[in-house]
Amino acid sequence: MADGAAALSPETVMRQMKQNGVTDIVWLPDSETNWLYLLMQADPDLRLIGVTREGHACSIAAGLFAGGRRPMLLIQNTGMLESGDSIRGWLMGLNVPVVLMVGYRGYTRHGVNTDTAATYTERFLMAFNIPFFLVENDSDSERISQAFALADRTRQPVVVLVGDEYHGFNR
Amino acid sequence: MMHTADLLKVFADHRGDAIVISGRGGRHWITLSDTALDIPLGDPAMGGHAGFGLGLALAQPEKRVVLFDSEGDILMSLGQLPTIAEQAPPNFYHFVLDNEVYATTGGQPVPNAKQVDYAAMARASGYPRAMGFTELDDFARSLPGILAAPGPVFVALKVFPEVENTPIGQRVRWRKRSADKVVSDLRAALGVV
Repeated sequence: MADGAAALSPETVMRQMKQNGVTDIVWLPDSETNWLYLLMQADPDLRLIGVTREGHACSIAAGLFAGGRRPMLLIQNTGMLESGDSIRGWLMGLNVPVVLMVGYRGYTRHGVNTDTAATYTERFLMAFNIPFFLVENDSDSERISQAFALADRTRQPVVVLVGDEYHGFNR
Repeated sequence: MMHTADLLKVFADHRGDAIVISGRGGRHWITLSDTALDIPLGDPAMGGHAGFGLGLALAQPEKRVVLFDSEGDILMSLGQLPTIAEQAPPNFYHFVLDNEVYATTGGQPVPNAKQVDYAAMARASGYPRAMGFTELDDFARSLPGILAAPGPVFVALKVFPEVENTPIGQRVRWRKRSADKVVSDLRAALGVV
């Protein structure tokens, strides 16, 4: 992947959120998607709900959905791993069609990981039978809309993994 | 100490058109009301009811949302308290049934069961109002004022444990609707489908 213009820009992600009607972001800061936060905070149409543990985001999103909102989760893969039971019970069990944008800490594109957070991320998703899309740069961004469409069609959570090359980490 | 069934009967007289997430009081509440605005979810994943209540209250600001949580759930997700306090939905009424034990697993005590002050925890997390009751008369007297003022409010209620010791597969299922049906019924009633 090339640097600069070919990276995944926060504006592109914001555009995808808008296109798909996102109303609330339930989030916990992480090292891969930090670049989005200032942009989201500046948007008066988005409500940001900060959590202290990623599993909390699942039940909050379920409540938002039950009440007619369109939430999206923004967390890191480490927190997703911690959240297995909440994803099962509050999202899958209640048929919540939500997109989780998950920072893919440790992702290298080379298939050789030194970070076990990356080692277990896709295995975790496959074990839970949760569909996922990998997004690394702007040209991949349509996959975010595909994730929303799949979530709506299946009434189940869908994950978008954010490859970290925007930051230049792990090259 | 109060009996959960008794305090729910007291609450029922003041419920109005509130959405009620019956939580750990579900088996009793369902005998009093089971409409689309009653949300008996069972236990989707322990510790999450407060988050669900927060999300629902934020999504439906014109409706009062009442949750009957438990101290075991609170202890499992203490970090939800500052999140709720920060969002501060004025329509959220957070009651906690504190029986001091894990009743559904045989009645083992929660850590430091008799010493923890849950209302103080909520207050320290930023809830503008938090209080506790141990006697039914006191609760009954205070309830109208609690519900008349804006939330978020946290109300800790000391209740007698109702311990279940039979294997889960042999327990009587009290819910009439699956949890996902409860959610879809609510969305239909709210007109958000």
